[in-house]
Amino acid sequence: MSEIRNYTINFGPQHPSAHGVLRLVLEMDGEVVERADPHVGLLHRGTEKLAENKPYNQSIGYMDRLDYVSMMCNEHGYVLAIEKLLGIQAPERALYIRTMFDEITRILNHLMWIGTHGLDIGAMTVFLYAFREREDLMDCYEAVSGARMHATYYRPGGVYRDLPGQMPKYTPNRWVDESEVKRRNANREGSLLDFIEDFTDRFPKLVDEYETLLTDNRIWKQRTVGIGVVTPERAKNLGFTGPMLRGSGIAWDLRKKQPYAAYNKVDFDIPVGTNGDCYDRYLVRVEEMRQSNRIIRQCIEWLRANPGPVMIDDHKIAPPKRADMKDDMEALIHHFKLFTEGYCPPPGEVYAAVEAPKGEFGCYIVSDGANKPYRLKVRAPGFSHLAAMDEMARGHMLADVVAIIGTMDIVFGEIDR
Amino acid sequence: MSLEQRLDDLVDELEEAFEDQEVEGVGFHRARGEVTLTVPREIFKSVMALLRKGKPFQFDTLIDVCGVDLSAYGQSEWSTGNSGFSRGAERGAFSPEPENRFASVYHLLSTIHNHRVRVKTLLDSDKPIIDTVVDLWSAANWFERESFDLFGILYKGHPDLRRVLTDYGFIGHPFRKDFPLEGTVEMRYDPEQKRVVYEPVSIEPRTLVARVIREDSRYEEGWKPEEPEGEEEEAAG
Repeated sequence: MSEIRNYTINFGPQHPSAHGVLRLVLEMDGEVVERADPHVGLLHRGTEKLAENKPYNQSIGYMDRLDYVSMMCNEHGYVLAIEKLLGIQAPERALYIRTMFDEITRILNHLMWIGTHGLDIGAMTVFLYAFREREDLMDCYEAVSGARMHATYYRPGGVYRDLPGQMPKYTPNRWVDESEVKRRNANREGSLLDFIEDFTDRFPKLVDEYETLLTDNRIWKQRTVGIGVVTPERAKNLGFTGPMLRGSGIAWDLRKKQPYAAYNKVDFDIPVGTNGDCYDRYLVRVEEMRQSNRIIRQCIEWLRANPGPVMIDDHKIAPPKRADMKDDMEALIHHFKLFTEGYCPPPGEVYAAVEAPKGEFGCYIVSDGANKPYRLKVRAPGFSHLAAMDEMARGHMLADVVAIIGTMDIVFGEIDR
Repeated sequence: MSLEQRLDDLVDELEEAFEDQEVEGVGFHRARGEVTLTVPREIFKSVMALLRKGKPFQFDTLIDVCGVDLSAYGQSEWSTGNSGFSRGAERGAFSPEPENRFASVYHLLSTIHNHRVRVKTLLDSDKPIIDTVVDLWSAANWFERESFDLFGILYKGHPDLRRVLTDYGFIGHPFRKDFPLEGTVEMRYDPEQKRVVYEPVSIEPRTLVARVIREDSRYEEGWKPEEPEGEEEEAAG
């Protein structure tokens, strides 16, 4: 029998379970990982440098493209930092809309995660299920902003426009006949809120479906229980946030501990794990989806009862109404000045963070009083999670590396920035 | 306990802890509900160790490390003349201040006391070296690599200070203010050589934003129209 030697495996950058462009150099002893060295930066676009050369508002769209599966949460972090710098506060209705869309985003993200994580380690069906629900939520994005993913919906001082009174509907065409269209439009007859409410009615049952497929599944458990265990102390030391930290048993959630938007007015629980392995993190995320559903329902109720402005009235920061611009000179000037020159926050530095689906997403802005940030630093949760790859993968089998990548919920848009 | 109260407590504790070191220049700054500590490089490591382990602080999570290049702070890309018209100013006249050109900024979070602090250390341009904090927080590893990559700040004692975000064989530190936004090289596939080749960039540098409105003299009080240059010199002399 020949002697087994140490050798090096190059995993990625083009590998279906590398979740994007991760190049992982693995030093193997047989099938056991001795050292994992992630090489990142293949998707580095210099978002921060680009933002330093543009007026503040023009970079909101870049934030969508950081973590491109939890778009509005990134916008929220950036917009919150600008609002803190300017010393303004969005109207209450805007705060509730943000809360609702943050939670819709969280469900979107976790659905994407459960689908791809399942696919990576051998569960095909859950992927198809998860993407079915994602489609409905994408329609919510589209109804409110016109874009399915890169919404640019949150603005400093509120959200760009109020929730639409009616949902867009399907129309019959050569391939879809009248009766089918009628079936598809059944939950689109009312407003956007009605549509979301219909979704929240259905969703808990759908989460049960995913759980039926996975939670007690023998193969799923074999692939995740005891894999990538992180103790609470190490999790904090490694800078983990979000479900990665909560999976290790620390009940830390910015939505509860340092509330922003309307989170202090809604009722929800923080799920925590006990063992800190991939299975616990899976359970935490599944429970988070249920809690998000609960928050969305409370927001719908509030939003129905409380109409009002969704943007502050200061036209140095927020654009005037389109109709006003037609016959008001002042409004026209404000609009032009805002979209060409932007606004100048006072000099200073701020850090604002939100609980994005992956963990703490924060923006550090240094302003020197110009109409663009002097320095923008985006604190992406995935960056410190991936940095722990070596520690988490060491001593595991090659196949477990895939499970660990999956459980980290890696998206390269935010890691490479 | 509200955020304000927690912040008051934190500031009290910090003031108590650094009272005797005040002479050495640990600066406090509290604004917009955030506390910033400006720490000189010499005592940086001991301050960080105290923040990590000291009973009233217990900053158990390092949220972020980031570099800042302060050399263009407050400079306008556009010059606003007294006439009210403005032209694009050349970025070429760039003179980095050797003292305090860079800053290494740390954001710490305590999950025990639920408070945050920002620690800032200014570094000079010639030798931007600072002690690593990897031994205090493992999370610092990649963040320091990133700061080294993008700004060229060196972290003394870092176990593996390699580039992390830029390309293999990249030259320069792209987030420095004297590094052009367009970069220096562009790459394309060359069908004749049958490989990817690097070439100097073909894009012209230009200013992307509308005029930065900072200090427009027309709106200042007591503004007078431009006077002939000779008289100005006399007044200065």
